[in-house]
Amino acid sequence: MAGPGRGDGRPLPPGPAPRSWDNRPGAWEERSGSWSPGSGPSWESRSGSWDSAQSRRGMQRPGEDEAVGRLVRPYTVTGGRTQPRYQLQVEALVTATVYEPRDLSVLAPECQAILQFCRDWRSVAEISAVLRLPLGVARILIADMGADGLVRIHQREDAEGRPDRNLLERVLSGLRKI
Amino acid sequence: MTSMKIVVAGGFGVGKTAFVVSVSEITPLTTEAQMTVASTDVDDLSHVPDKSTTTVAMDFGRITLEKDLVLYLFGTPGQHRFWFMWDDLIQGAIGAVVLVDTRRLADSFPAVDYFEASGLPFVIGINGFHGQFPHRSKDVSDALAISPDVPVIPCDARNRESTKATLVTLVEHAMSVQAVGRH
Repeated sequence: MAGPGRGDGRPLPPGPAPRSWDNRPGAWEERSGSWSPGSGPSWESRSGSWDSAQSRRGMQRPGEDEAVGRLVRPYTVTGGRTQPRYQLQVEALVTATVYEPRDLSVLAPECQAILQFCRDWRSVAEISAVLRLPLGVARILIADMGADGLVRIHQREDAEGRPDRNLLERVLSGLRKI
Repeated sequence: MTSMKIVVAGGFGVGKTAFVVSVSEITPLTTEAQMTVASTDVDDLSHVPDKSTTTVAMDFGRITLEKDLVLYLFGTPGQHRFWFMWDDLIQGAIGAVVLVDTRRLADSFPAVDYFEASGLPFVIGINGFHGQFPHRSKDVSDALAISPDVPVIPCDARNRESTKATLVTLVEHAMSVQAVGRH
């Protein structure tokens, strides 16, 4: 397979490739020009919540010391696909199966970041929010990583599309206790 | 490990984020989904020329109920144009809390219409600003033209006990809807 180049719809090459995500709030939006934080009260965004969440949980912010901007569009890392292999719920839980990686450098930086972050159970939504991956991109990557055995995914399969009564009872008693 | 979710909906500025904040064990996070013009049928991006994509943000919080049971609360953008996110979100959800501000009741119509049509159990939380609840639940229920079975309760979105009580009401309602559906 020929080495992929940037923008040809394949994952980034390993090695000194530019990181395709950027943690500066609003960095992606600046580039895409599609949305600017604070541009108006359109959907109650809380762009400031991330940092405080990080410090509360004591997590390392990935790529913190990197000053590079986001150099590729987010769906480049998914090979241009916009649909995951299977539908992942936003609350589906993900955990890394590979703690002591073989050679993770062959993985896209986003996937490496997901593995790092998922040493404990994390939801798809948390992965998207904390690693600043658009939800659609996170879903595709996580589904792929599940298929490759890199992560384990826990997602409820409800019989009739709604949680069963036993689960609802557990939620109810849990809510009464907190 | 099992995870569950509840959707918190309502018009802009009605207190969805405050609701999530008051009960979440983490500082609420924001996830972003990108929407392109091509992916929407009824969107009205036409008033923004040359705009091919937009980003919608969704706030969420987490409550660990048991060692192996986690509940997520998702605050959704309230506008019509974000229905595509709701379709995704309500899959497998316990139900929804629709927060209403009685001064701007119409802002909650899209959410109420949507949940009625989708069959997702929902409750109405009347967010009292400054602790004031000038309207009776029955009046709000009538004004929204919803089934009398749908619980309508006062809810101070900033108050943890109040939001907890609202969530409990929703789960109880979801269980009763399910019980009725079996017969």
